[in-house]
Amino acid sequence: MKEAKSTLSRDLCFHCGELCKEPSIQLEDKYFCCTGCKTAYQILDKSGLCSYYDLESHPGVNLKSSKERARFDYLEDQEVIERISDFQNKTQLSVTLYIPNIHCTSCVWLLENLQKLDEGVLQTTVNFMRRELSLLIDTEDTSLRNVVEQLTTIGYEPEIRLDKLDAKTSKSHQNRSLWLKLGVAGFAFGNIMLFSFPDYLDLSGSGVGNNFQIFFGALNIILALPVLLYSSIDYLKSAFAALSQRGVNLDVPISIGIVALFSRSVYEIVTGIGTGYMDSFTGLIFFLLIGKLIQKKTFNRLSFDRDYRSYLPIAVNSIDSFGTEKSVSLDKLKPGFEIRLRNQELVPCDSVLLSEKAFVDYSFITGESDPQQVNKGETVFAGARLTGTSAALRTEEEVENSYLTKLWNHEAFTNTDKELKLTSFADRISPYFTVSVLGISALAGMYWLSAAGMEMALSVFTAVLIIACPCALALSTPFTLGSALNILSMNGLFVKNHLLLENLSKATSVVFDKTGTLTNRQDKKIEYKGDELSEEQKRNILSACQQSIHPVSRRIVESLIDEIKDTTQPDSFFEASGKGIFAAFDNSMICIGSRKFISEQTNISISDIPIPEFDGTTAHLAIDGKYFGYFCFKAGLRDGIASLLKSMKSKFQTFLISGDNESQRDEFAGLFGMQESLLFNKSPEEKLEFINQLQKDNQKIVMVGDGLNDAGALKQSDFGIALSDDISSFSPACDAILEGDSLKKLSEFISFSQACMNIIIASFVLSLLYNTIGLGFAITGHLSPLVAAILMPLSSVSVMVFTFLTTRYKANKLDLAIWK
Amino acid sequence: MLIGFSLFVAIVFLLLFFWAVRSGQFDDQYTPSIRILFDEKNSEQKQTTNNKNRDE
Repeated sequence: MKEAKSTLSRDLCFHCGELCKEPSIQLEDKYFCCTGCKTAYQILDKSGLCSYYDLESHPGVNLKSSKERARFDYLEDQEVIERISDFQNKTQLSVTLYIPNIHCTSCVWLLENLQKLDEGVLQTTVNFMRRELSLLIDTEDTSLRNVVEQLTTIGYEPEIRLDKLDAKTSKSHQNRSLWLKLGVAGFAFGNIMLFSFPDYLDLSGSGVGNNFQIFFGALNIILALPVLLYSSIDYLKSAFAALSQRGVNLDVPISIGIVALFSRSVYEIVTGIGTGYMDSFTGLIFFLLIGKLIQKKTFNRLSFDRDYRSYLPIAVNSIDSFGTEKSVSLDKLKPGFEIRLRNQELVPCDSVLLSEKAFVDYSFITGESDPQQVNKGETVFAGARLTGTSAALRTEEEVENSYLTKLWNHEAFTNTDKELKLTSFADRISPYFTVSVLGISALAGMYWLSAAGMEMALSVFTAVLIIACPCALALSTPFTLGSALNILSMNGLFVKNHLLLENLSKATSVVFDKTGTLTNRQDKKIEYKGDELSEEQKRNILSACQQSIHPVSRRIVESLIDEIKDTTQPDSFFEASGKGIFAAFDNSMICIGSRKFISEQTNISISDIPIPEFDGTTAHLAIDGKYFGYFCFKAGLRDGIASLLKSMKSKFQTFLISGDNESQRDEFAGLFGMQESLLFNKSPEEKLEFINQLQKDNQKIVMVGDGLNDAGALKQSDFGIALSDDISSFSPACDAILEGDSLKKLSEFISFSQACMNIIIASFVLSLLYNTIGLGFAITGHLSPLVAAILMPLSSVSVMVFTFLTTRYKANKLDLAIWK
Repeated sequence: MLIGFSLFVAIVFLLLFFWAVRSGQFDDQYTPSIRILFDEKNSEQKQTTNNKNRDE
């Protein structure tokens, strides 16, 4: 993508940068890989939007591989529009669309210039991080459907899913109140520091007039009040909630510190004893809120809690009694509806096939990636993807009651304990911390009560409470883990919640799914074993297979198309669905299919056709009545898997659990070592149960999977990683999303998370050190506002710096990227 | 007097910050950095990509 933009290459598509296989598609001096890309270019050219190509070279989205264009009839439905739009009146409509294809500067530019493609678009705004496009359109000039179709044509198809119905976007305002609180605290902090400056220089207070001291004191109280009542209110509320449930979290000692600081300061100012600690107080809140802001940082554009509703489309085409197609939104789909689906569309609920035959791909449910044939009258389960020709179906169940959706009713999905149970190390030690702080302050107070009287005792008592406020402690966890999350995301692992890292660090077992996880879904290797084929024969095979839509034929075509350029039309062609194909050319006859099919079609007896040693999908080949050999398919292993498994075997128990058949057992037996750790033909429920069993043996499990069939197991495991080659595309409910290329670094990720736990402990020790030094001042009765003003921010800042540096040092040591 | 003035200025800035947050400028901290790269070539392109109407 990064080559000079002036390169008008014959080999690379001008629009998307893909290698051009068919050299004929060109326009003036520009070459394209497919007509889709060319069309997109033409549209942009016509509207004078070609600056799109100046911002990045080959910025376009490849349209060749994109699925057949989804149909947007349902966007005409007034009710659907109402439910997905943010705001609507007679002439204007505002809607926010999720567009997974947004990936570069050019995308933002193009989408924000959308009004040049469609006059009816009034305003567009892109949120790059969320991959969202906010649209304001004039419904008199255009319709939502038109705009969405226009977007799809230029390669930015919005993802409109069932769960988006009624889900109005309120998320974007989430952080606003935190920013405001931070603003108030920062404002008060800065100004109080300024007003306290005379005090810092002149500790005795004699240099400043008494009037001034009262004036500054009053100002300080006025400034600090909103900080107490607005900025710090979350801590006070949380502490109060914890105490009323007879629990203690870290917010309790923090709140004690906050209240002690504020009331002591007010007391000092009002009685005129001193100037108070308002600067420390506001500074403390300011730093705490910064920590909170970092903690809140999440990966907005990724969604970790997807269930079947985000997988299914928003509507399907149903055929009414007059034979006309009309789109119906899924939640209105009832049993008994007749629906028509096209290539690559999903079956929304369990249905019966009405067409003669159809091919469906169950890979998301079972993990089995080879499409299966379904005949008329047979049931097709929800979640199946139709491949090949279109088909009519009659619905049998409602969407909620289908086989696919039942997995989500399992307790693993309703059980939210996993997240509730997450407590940081800081929260766990806070009861001890609180008790010891109260103990020390009481003891110190008692000592001074007997030595110097009530006033001194009270002063020391509050001083201890103030200085022991675990501000740095509270910061160490969010800062360490926030920094760790950043580093992991740079390396391709996106974790949902920073507290989940602790689960990763405790892993004892790692469970892998096979299809799509260890093996690469796209990169299926096809091999031909048998007698040598001539160029002529290959051409005939290719020509014959092009006539068929069977997935096996398609693969053979893919493997030969690069080698053979020209094809011929067979004189006659015959396909027995699911069994094989037979094609006659003027000089030869090609027969490809199962053993039985070959023996039926030719006079080769079935015993003369060898049963291949290979266990996967095979297709036999006979030419002119003579047996030649067979094609076999096996999924290619991802890069670096072998070395990953080798390094993991020594540290963890590793398991393979697959919904696929046993065709690759031997291959994986070598990688995993033990036969017992290989499990095949497992249903989604069995996978979940297996994880459950391991957990009962006190194992902490990291599960890596990629499909809906792994969703239950991912949810049940201690740390479920969904592997995805395109992180913005579909992934099941999980705790983290991992880029496909980064799977080989999994072992380092676990080591890194362990290192981070140690860093947290180290930063705890560091902050305790500050507390101890402070306590020294406090107990001896020497805590002056100056000491507090220096010590408290210093401890916070040094914890921030310490965690930032150590996490990066550790990551660097583990060969993880620390810069983007 | 001067103290009051300095405080007044600071409060003005605080209110400006409030306005900025409320108008959505802190909701998306990444896209504007891309947007600044676009130059508008001819005067016909009156595209404005400000955030004025975001909250509607």
